[in-house]
Amino acid sequence: MVLANELTPSVELIGITKTYPGVVANSDIHLTLRPGEVHSLLGENGAGKSTLIGILSGMVQPDAGEIRIKGETVRINSPRDALERGIGTVYQHSLLVPTLTVLDNLLLGVDQGWKLGRDAAKARLQEVSTLLDVEIDPSSVVGDLALGQRQQVEIVRALWRGEGVLILDEPTSMLTPQGAEKLVQVVRRLVSNGLAVVFITHKLNEALDLGDRVTVLRRGKIVGEVTPAELQNRSRAQITDEVLKMIFGEKSDASYAAFASQVSETADETFRVDHLSVEGSGPHPVLDNVSFTLKRGEILGIAGIDGNGQKELAEVLAGQRHADSGEIILDDQSIQNLSIAARQAKGIRYVTDDRHGEGTVGPLSIALNIVLKRVGEVPFWRWSLVRHSSIREFARKLIHDHDVRAPHEEVAISTLSGGNMQKVILARELALEPRVVVYNKPTYGLDARTTSLVLASIADQAKAGVTTVFISTELSEIVSICHRVAVMYRGKLSEPIMVRSGIELKLGALMTGSTTL
Amino acid sequence: MNGLFSEVFISSLVSGGVIAGIPLIYAGLGEAISERAGVLNVGLEGMMLGGAYGGFVGALHFHSTWFGLLSGGLTGMIISLFMVVLCVRLNSNQIVVGIAITLGAEGVTALLHGAIYADTYPRVPVVHPYAIPFLSNIPIIGPGFFNHHISAYLAVVVVFFVSWVLKSTGIGLSIKAAGDQPHALEAAGGGVHRIRTISVLSTGLLAGLGGSFIVLVGAGLFVPFITNGKGFLAIVLAMLVRGRVRWLIVAGVLFGMSLSLTTALQLAGIDVPIDLVLMLPFVLIIVVLFAFGRRSYLPAALALPYDREQR
Repeated sequence: MVLANELTPSVELIGITKTYPGVVANSDIHLTLRPGEVHSLLGENGAGKSTLIGILSGMVQPDAGEIRIKGETVRINSPRDALERGIGTVYQHSLLVPTLTVLDNLLLGVDQGWKLGRDAAKARLQEVSTLLDVEIDPSSVVGDLALGQRQQVEIVRALWRGEGVLILDEPTSMLTPQGAEKLVQVVRRLVSNGLAVVFITHKLNEALDLGDRVTVLRRGKIVGEVTPAELQNRSRAQITDEVLKMIFGEKSDASYAAFASQVSETADETFRVDHLSVEGSGPHPVLDNVSFTLKRGEILGIAGIDGNGQKELAEVLAGQRHADSGEIILDDQSIQNLSIAARQAKGIRYVTDDRHGEGTVGPLSIALNIVLKRVGEVPFWRWSLVRHSSIREFARKLIHDHDVRAPHEEVAISTLSGGNMQKVILARELALEPRVVVYNKPTYGLDARTTSLVLASIADQAKAGVTTVFISTELSEIVSICHRVAVMYRGKLSEPIMVRSGIELKLGALMTGSTTL
Repeated sequence: MNGLFSEVFISSLVSGGVIAGIPLIYAGLGEAISERAGVLNVGLEGMMLGGAYGGFVGALHFHSTWFGLLSGGLTGMIISLFMVVLCVRLNSNQIVVGIAITLGAEGVTALLHGAIYADTYPRVPVVHPYAIPFLSNIPIIGPGFFNHHISAYLAVVVVFFVSWVLKSTGIGLSIKAAGDQPHALEAAGGGVHRIRTISVLSTGLLAGLGGSFIVLVGAGLFVPFITNGKGFLAIVLAMLVRGRVRWLIVAGVLFGMSLSLTTALQLAGIDVPIDLVLMLPFVLIIVVLFAFGRRSYLPAALALPYDREQR
């Protein structure tokens, strides 16, 4: 019996198709999830992973196809249906109510009526957290928890009504390395208890590390699979090559070229930051005496774990945040007291990491988003009148130059994928003679191909003489395009050092604060 | 004895305050429920007015205050169906629909009243207050607070009931989630549309009860526009109490008192320009908003339509 059970797939998807206006999100998908197995679903942004999870979790209804759970054909009409059939999902963006306690979040939707079984729920929480081997305080308010803990709560909830299939959508994107490690342990424990785990990611290494089986999606179709036997018996390099080919189709160009070129010794120093400090409410200053000097065309990488003052530094440079002391000097002139617009006019540009929030206005067209920072300026406005024709023409040119995939320049920018949205932002910031560009995590959430396009365009600009501050948490990116690199830790910036091979170890030690700056 | 501290002044101030405050409590409670579920109900005034008219007709027809309250509540509920269909199901703009409901109810009730009752101005059955033993014997304030029609005490009971529902039941949990993180509720297997529908219907019921209380217990007859902005006052109160609905009792009576100050002053023989006193509730609102408005709690998904397949 036990054997038969293990052979019955937990879930089978047969010929699943889902079309949205203008896009085929899923086309004839066949997928089998087996108990006791971690199944990695790998693909670029927009490959159709999210739609597929939506269908499994009951959020999205397929246009065609069949779903079988333990051999039985079913319809999953709602998330409730999915949960009752033992399919639990942990979404990429937290779906907990931040104002409620852990326990109340877990009870949400379970007890619909008058009775609220808080005591029974505590017992169940104990049970599931023992299964996961984690400790969760039922009475803490979710909004106060760290992201890793919140995710544990979400896993608990996904398993609340039965342990069958656990779907994890980009689960590591928000986690610290330690948090990710804990997650791996939890997942291993769950599959050893007979669950089927679906692990969705666009990071190749994660998919291979964690998955017992890997399925690759591209443009809504399944384009290949790596079986457990292959994963065990073939070399990592071989598999990596093969999977890259599946992800990107005919040619694999994901590896970064060596972008960096030499900065001339004689290039003039254009941009200087002197002893910038910003007080904070926490135990450490937000910025603590930050200084650096950049030559024309130089790329300075700023590495560090999120939340050590990088974003604040970028905002101070852009003029969005007030510095308590210190000075910013462009071409021997202080720009410290200039407004954001005046800094723009001087050629200072800032590419924010908050694409949806401060980077764009979602409902406005691509064209209007492109001129967002130039409202009222000639040639887009003349005598206070909008000149739509010139805005559209300008937008069309940038869309073409930066290879933005959009039907035309008048569609709302919120309809674009993350990668295309980022291309629009880059196009906007890099147009019209930038002098100094500050990037804050410009490749965040982008797939490998768009990432390399973005990095290439940053490097090209630098070759053309643009001075660049490149903030990133990805050491590999910093090493691939920067000339020098400094590390931020608790608001302090280390002395910039030249980039050379083997530097990552030293940077890693600085980032975690295990060596002093 | 005349003056501000005379027994007749305080007693009529308190009593009038309760009578004027109970509709605010009913309607404010209704608003608080739908706001927590993420629906900003600007049509509250219209639901109250509709309830006032429905209660009036019901009480005349059945010669009963209780049937009047019942039909008033049902009328409010029926009006709130517009909001359910348009805003919860079809995702229309809540504010536009709310304003339309208010304007529509004002027009329809004035028209019906003008066509049917304008010549006779009938009065509804007289209500009999029930004096709570012992409490109503407290000197000076006792009769003012504790000698009213039972539907006034019912308001307090309902407030405590709703407070308990929000805090300790599954429905309450779902209501809070529908307002703060509707996608979380849906992902957990709850129905956002279902919960918001229930919430808006309760709002209609409570607003209708509040409106009919004005007619049946307060004024004794219906005149067009009788709610006179109380629905909007109730919306403000609901926002001010920040989801802690029990405070509505205090806030309602306080604002009720300021509304009934004119009458109390006249009864006590104090001569103050009436226009000045009539301004008081609204001045009070402005002052309170200045003092506490910044901290007023609003659910994150308030007034946002919910679409399952869109984030």
